[in-house]
Amino acid sequence: MSSMVEHSAAPPQSMAQIRRVGFQTIVIREFHRIVRIWSQTILPSGVTATLYFLIFGAVIGSRLGPMEGISYMTYIAPGLIMQAVILNSYNNVVSSFFGAKFGKHIEELLVSPLPSWIIVSGYVAGGLLRGAMVGLLVSIVTLFFTHLPVRHPVIVVAAAAMTSVTFALGGFLNAMFAKNFDQISIIPNFVLTPLIYLGGVFYSIVQLPAWAQHLSLVDPILYMVNAFRFGFLGVSDVPVVAAFTIMIIAIVALFSTAVLLLDRSSGIRE
Amino acid sequence: MNALSVQGLTKTYRNGVQALKGIDLAVEEGDFFALLGPNGAGKTTLIGIVTSLVRKTGGVASIFGYDIDRQLEQAKSCIGVVPQEINFNMFETPLTIVVNQAGFYGIPRAIAHQRAEKYLKQLQLWEKRNHASRGLSGGMKRRLMIARALMHEPRLLILDEPTAGVDIEIRRSMWDFLRDINQRGTTIILTTHYLEEAETLCRNIAIIDGGRIIERDRMSNLLRRLHSETFVLSLSQPLTAAPALERYPVKLIDETTLEVEVSKQENLNDLFARLSALGIEVLSLRNKVNRLEEIFMRLVERGAAA
Repeated sequence: MSSMVEHSAAPPQSMAQIRRVGFQTIVIREFHRIVRIWSQTILPSGVTATLYFLIFGAVIGSRLGPMEGISYMTYIAPGLIMQAVILNSYNNVVSSFFGAKFGKHIEELLVSPLPSWIIVSGYVAGGLLRGAMVGLLVSIVTLFFTHLPVRHPVIVVAAAAMTSVTFALGGFLNAMFAKNFDQISIIPNFVLTPLIYLGGVFYSIVQLPAWAQHLSLVDPILYMVNAFRFGFLGVSDVPVVAAFTIMIIAIVALFSTAVLLLDRSSGIRE
Repeated sequence: MNALSVQGLTKTYRNGVQALKGIDLAVEEGDFFALLGPNGAGKTTLIGIVTSLVRKTGGVASIFGYDIDRQLEQAKSCIGVVPQEINFNMFETPLTIVVNQAGFYGIPRAIAHQRAEKYLKQLQLWEKRNHASRGLSGGMKRRLMIARALMHEPRLLILDEPTAGVDIEIRRSMWDFLRDINQRGTTIILTTHYLEEAETLCRNIAIIDGGRIIERDRMSNLLRRLHSETFVLSLSQPLTAAPALERYPVKLIDETTLEVEVSKQENLNDLFARLSALGIEVLSLRNKVNRLEEIFMRLVERGAAA
């Protein structure tokens, strides 16, 4: 072994460059992870979406009448895309960050000069990336089963991106607190999935009794699904402005909490 | 300038264990510094605080003048750390691991790839660059952590037990490598259980025990303090009892092995002359323990008795 360390000749990196390159590196690493284990990260949502369209769309949906004047298959399509975006954004960050914590390679980032907000942003961008990749795949699957108009493209993109960021941040917080692998599957299985199913993915809440409608309004996913559906189909059970307001508040609150916790390193540093 | 400076550093863990009880330590730029101590002495806690993996309870610490409370990012950009435990992603390849690490320090990807080739070749890992790192041998994993720590060409390299579990041949080539890095200007702080390693490589030393620095000196000064050495002699003919040798405490270990304590004032010729006079033929001799180990044990035992 012979060494050629020339640290004195290396140009000093500015803090701005460290942050920019550091952020890019986390995102590239997350992208490679998503692609490396594509059969776990990308494929399942495509298969699930196909099954949903076959069962709820083609088999059961064909016996149902139109919903708010739109065919049932077309009506549920935005919700199914959003379901994939939510679960994949959340799962990407929770499994990647908890895996790094469990395997101790999170220390690579903790000893680096990257500030907490860059680390959180990098992981969230990874969640956003997987949400977008899977969302696109499910959208392509959708087009095999039904026509999907896009009435407000900006709202479609904004609602998908903000929902993805919200749940990526949720996944980050879950990973911060989790002590074992069981604890990273509890929230997706027992909180997110029920909230998604009760959040108007498969129906309009107008069809529910009054008490159930009021109860549905406390489900934040209802707002996200409806904002997304409004972007495609121009129909929504809730005001779209309310949906975006909720998402902005959630993102600010969750991001601040995640950065604060990482700074304090609850569950990571001793 | 001091590469590392800590004053009054304390750490009490949540379970009440007081790992550091007011550490004062300065390591000069360019030094090759040994930080020794028994298990649980506080070495890893001290390194953890300096690298921000452990939060200090009290005191101040700075790296090349950057205070870790006020200028943490600048301080961390000067440090490369090789931890005691393997802490890279076992599913990633060595090339990916080192290139990503460079990125976390702001090194653009093109430069990172050049450096990755340089360091992976120097540490004999280039052939394995695209293999999953979980398949590397223990020694390779240790070397990968060294390559990773060097990717941003840090001014201060901290190595926590870098050669643990590494065979002697690889260990010695790692010593040459580290010595060379140090000669080129990188300050190195080393913790190790192989005291021969510290004695061979380091110019200055601190011994930490029970959360306190109990000794801080130049290596040469510390070794000079040793007044006697114990030699193990292999004999050609068996003995039934330890021979009486004036001025030399002798112990018969087995019938062909003697242990003799020789004061620094005595010369070995005199010892051999006395043995020859008794008709005892010596086939070989060796130091019972390495010199630093002897001082280390005395200091730690004295600390425990106090």
